[in-house]
Amino acid sequence: MTSDKNAPEMDSIEELLPWHAAGTLSRRDAERVEAALARDPELARRFALVREEFGATITLNETLGAPSARAMEDLFARIDAEPARARRAPGFGARIAAFFDGLTPRTLAWASAAAVLAIVLQAGLIGVMVSKSGTTGGYETASAPTTAPGVGAFTIIRFAPQATMDDINRFMEMNHFSVVAGPSGGGLYKVRVADAPLASSDMSALMQKLQADKVVGFAAPTR
Amino acid sequence: MQTSSDEVLISRIANGDRLAMQVLFARHHVRVYRFVLRLVRNEATAEDLISEVFLDVWRQAAKFEGRSAVSTWMLGIARFKALSALRRKPEQELDEETAAAIEDHSDDPEVTLAKKDKGAVLRECLTGLSAEHREIVDLVYYHEKSVEEVAQIVGIPEATVKTRMFYARKKLSELLKERGIDRGWP
Repeated sequence: MTSDKNAPEMDSIEELLPWHAAGTLSRRDAERVEAALARDPELARRFALVREEFGATITLNETLGAPSARAMEDLFARIDAEPARARRAPGFGARIAAFFDGLTPRTLAWASAAAVLAIVLQAGLIGVMVSKSGTTGGYETASAPTTAPGVGAFTIIRFAPQATMDDINRFMEMNHFSVVAGPSGGGLYKVRVADAPLASSDMSALMQKLQADKVVGFAAPTR
Repeated sequence: MQTSSDEVLISRIANGDRLAMQVLFARHHVRVYRFVLRLVRNEATAEDLISEVFLDVWRQAAKFEGRSAVSTWMLGIARFKALSALRRKPEQELDEETAAAIEDHSDDPEVTLAKKDKGAVLRECLTGLSAEHREIVDLVYYHEKSVEEVAQIVGIPEATVKTRMFYARKKLSELLKERGIDRGWP
């Protein structure tokens, strides 16, 4: 390796050259390597060797071909032979990741702004709806005397940002749902969806129905 | 067009989503196959092993905690499967493969250079590295894994990753020199 008073530093930088060629260094390390390459021609020459190895390794691997269809057929035959798997509810983080995964940065920026506004509006509108329960003849709130608190089946729902008060009102009436609590952080409402607990298969079917409804932005079972 | 991230696919696979499994397989099976093939040097064995790797992914998806990239996790599984398969192989088979790997070295350096361009010789020398050195070179250059990710896959400290890569490259230079190509390093 290079032999000057900065030899140990240069040795550690030389060790990083393969990752610099592959573009997998942190920004800070990449900048260190770039600076060293700019001031040390011998290091730059060695980096050229690294780049040769990098290219040759890619070419070598690309000439290895691909597995036959047998691998995939064998895999899915074995998966089909596996015992049926109980469907587990994904974690909240996974749901959020799945949601944001489908958005471009520009969409995300606009959606964030729209969502904040919509949540504020919806909170006010639904608050009005809840306070009017019993007088409108519409859906019942948790305070309705016919259902004891804590009894029933519940979901958390965030309404779609574009849903209007009429949309939400119609949605709640049509499904005989009642708002139990909310909105909490992120505009989530706890909603009673049945007067008695639902079987898991019924709850799964309901979740699919809710998630397909344009009024609903997000829905998940809760206790 | 938006595509689901690997992490989202794993979450769906954990729920038994067969389609998500197909997407993940389509996305990664060639690279996983090549990684395994470079270790076991047998196409039929490599094909069998990728089925096992992805079956493990199907079974273990619910336990994936997202501490590493999905591809890093899968390469770790693939490596374990490949090394287990190598341990199960009869010694005779290994000897035959070792012989096949080195028999191309019989030409003297000048003849070799006359027959092939430098790139071809370089690729042959990459093939002639030990399994340990091939593995790290492939992970860094072909699979584009960071120091930290290689450490996770191979199960060694990050400092060892750097020194192992350095010695793999040094060995490569020695093999090239034997074939008449002196790179002036190390």
